[in-house]
Amino acid sequence: MLEIGLISTLNGVLFGMLLFLMASGLTVIFSMMGVLNFAHASFYMLGAFFGFEISRHVGFWPGLVIAPVLVGGIGMLVERYGLRTVHKHGHVAELLFTFGLTFIIEELVQMVWGKLAVDYRVPQLLDFPAFTIFSTEYPAFKLFELFISIAIFLALLLVIKRTRVGLVVQASLSHPEMVGMLGHNVDRVFMLVFGVGAGLAAVAGVIAGPALVTQSNMAQSLGPILFVVVVVGGLGSLSGAFVASLLIGLLQTFAVASDASLADVFGELTGNGPLIAYVSDIWNVTVAQLSAVMPYLLLVLILIFRPRGLMGTRET
Amino acid sequence: MSKTTQNGAPGRPSGQGSGLVATAAIWIAVAVVLAVLPQVFSSGLAISTMCLMEIMIIFALSYNMLLGQTGLLSFGHAVFFGLGGYLTAHAMNAARGEHAPLPLEVFPLVGGATGLVFGILFGAVATRRSGTAFAMITLGIAELVSSSALILRHAFGGEEGVAFDRTRVLHLFGISFGPQEQVYYLIAGWCFLSMGGMYAITRTPFGRICNAVRDNPDRTGFIGYNTTTVRFLAFSMAGLFAGIAGGLAALNFEIVTSSAMGAAQSGTVVLMTFIGGVGNFAGPIIGAILVTYLQVMLSDITGAWQLYFGLLFMGMVMFAPTGIAGLLAMQMPLVRAGQFHRVLPWYVLALVPGLIAITGVSMMVEMCFHLTVNTADGPQMSFAHVAFDANSPLAWAVAAVLLAGGFWLFRRAGRKALDAYGSALEKARSGRAGR
Repeated sequence: MLEIGLISTLNGVLFGMLLFLMASGLTVIFSMMGVLNFAHASFYMLGAFFGFEISRHVGFWPGLVIAPVLVGGIGMLVERYGLRTVHKHGHVAELLFTFGLTFIIEELVQMVWGKLAVDYRVPQLLDFPAFTIFSTEYPAFKLFELFISIAIFLALLLVIKRTRVGLVVQASLSHPEMVGMLGHNVDRVFMLVFGVGAGLAAVAGVIAGPALVTQSNMAQSLGPILFVVVVVGGLGSLSGAFVASLLIGLLQTFAVASDASLADVFGELTGNGPLIAYVSDIWNVTVAQLSAVMPYLLLVLILIFRPRGLMGTRET
Repeated sequence: MSKTTQNGAPGRPSGQGSGLVATAAIWIAVAVVLAVLPQVFSSGLAISTMCLMEIMIIFALSYNMLLGQTGLLSFGHAVFFGLGGYLTAHAMNAARGEHAPLPLEVFPLVGGATGLVFGILFGAVATRRSGTAFAMITLGIAELVSSSALILRHAFGGEEGVAFDRTRVLHLFGISFGPQEQVYYLIAGWCFLSMGGMYAITRTPFGRICNAVRDNPDRTGFIGYNTTTVRFLAFSMAGLFAGIAGGLAALNFEIVTSSAMGAAQSGTVVLMTFIGGVGNFAGPIIGAILVTYLQVMLSDITGAWQLYFGLLFMGMVMFAPTGIAGLLAMQMPLVRAGQFHRVLPWYVLALVPGLIAITGVSMMVEMCFHLTVNTADGPQMSFAHVAFDANSPLAWAVAAVLLAGGFWLFRRAGRKALDAYGSALEKARSGRAGR
């Protein structure tokens, strides 16, 4: 029990930190521009595939730097030539633009790398078990993922709290119009933030790619969870996104490890009627089966009991 | 459709007498077209395509009740489509088991009722918020429902879905609904009813208040309407019609699978509605017909059809956010003032380089697709009946020149066409003022 608890906690924190790498960019972009970037998970996917392609030719480590830079550049181009054009048509058009972008990126990735999962390997340097708890070996690469995401988190925190750019970003979180009036080049800040956000998502892709599955549907399966994180944390709240990332990371990892069901708690369902088959479906669902649904259940619960999210201050 | 359907236009009183006659004439024409179509296009493929189109027309129109009329961007509309389909399938199986004297004609009502019930249920949660938060909630609900579909095997049939036999219920007037043509008339009838119903809703005070909530929720609140309630009502009703569409789709295919309510289906309806045009009642109809046609036709021609689709959608979002119907509606004042002949040559002039640019894009896509997906076939391929080597730099250069040159010329001609449109509109207005 303790073993499962420890391993699940580690994995949960890791997944949560990865989620936060993406959710942080998403939240900052949303707060500043009012655009919830639908294509954010697509940048994560691009990062994984670019990292894979680079690792095939020059190795994993250059990919860790080059892939995020490339994706960040693509992000800036998207902001400069796409979003800025659409901006005048309003927020719905912007949301639809990024929605269309997910379609195109997914199709392009499928075209270039195919629909099947690619063989993105853990670098040899990290391909060993770091330590053994009880009987489970914990891979070093996972520790490395955790280390990288925590390092980036700390760096981000430093930049936002201690530098001038961070100050502008922070100001734009709560008073975007005022920042523009104070004479900052808001357009350039937007482009930069969008690029950095896309780059951060790509970092998450590069380090998560070898551990998880690198496949053309990875954006589609992760994207909705990312939005749950942002909405549950409270739209526009960076600390909220952090708490929600960890919460959902832990929730999902612990859920996967448990196979309890209502039948275990209350005993087997007996009797026969026309509805019994349907009810027994619900009765026998294990918590592990529910793990995919859990973030969305959490979302609905949060919206019913605390509509502005855990730490949100703004209504929309 | 008619001039009275431009919802974006400021409160112009609709002409009572002649307007009514014109509207009635249009609806009669629609009914006649729906009735005559299978006689004109009588091949099996054409009829099943038209069945699909009419289902999608209902679905897209129901979606536009949210996006176009009330300004609610939903990413989970297929939930109502899918649940409507599932319940219709279960109702069919139950009716067959109990020998209930129910004809097939009424079963789409089951779908509609399901859509309404779930619309009320989910709407109570989702419509508390508007804007981006609403969009995210609908996305979450859609994921919730479609992931539960794989868990609750008895209700959703797991991976195989729920199948049934549509001919095994009571036959009214000896119609068995075995042949596809009979199903077509069933779908066409429901399509006509739903179109009429949704059009009627846009003409009621409720429809107008929906528009007000879309345009300025604060002011709508100030004049005493609860915007949440309005959004909730619109959401439930959109669920009702989406459920009818889902029920019809179930009857059409005789099977419902969880893909009917998946993210792809929700995405398709967004694409359809937006490409057709959200600001106009006819928009989603145009979009549904065009997109369904492209889906059927393009998927035969090229494997990269979804990419074209995405590009078309992006192009519309960036350059023509009013959709096809919006572009057409822009021409109406010119046509009415007899000025359209002035701009037509400019349009043709812009169209030619536009087509060249599209040729360049699709050549690149096809070459890419050929090199990556059809690697086994070697680099030889043909595009527009011209055979060439997809690896040769010349082919890529030609494509690049076509794209760049076409795009540059299109931008120039497009600007000229816009100028021409502006001056023609000026003339049309001054002509009317002078009268």
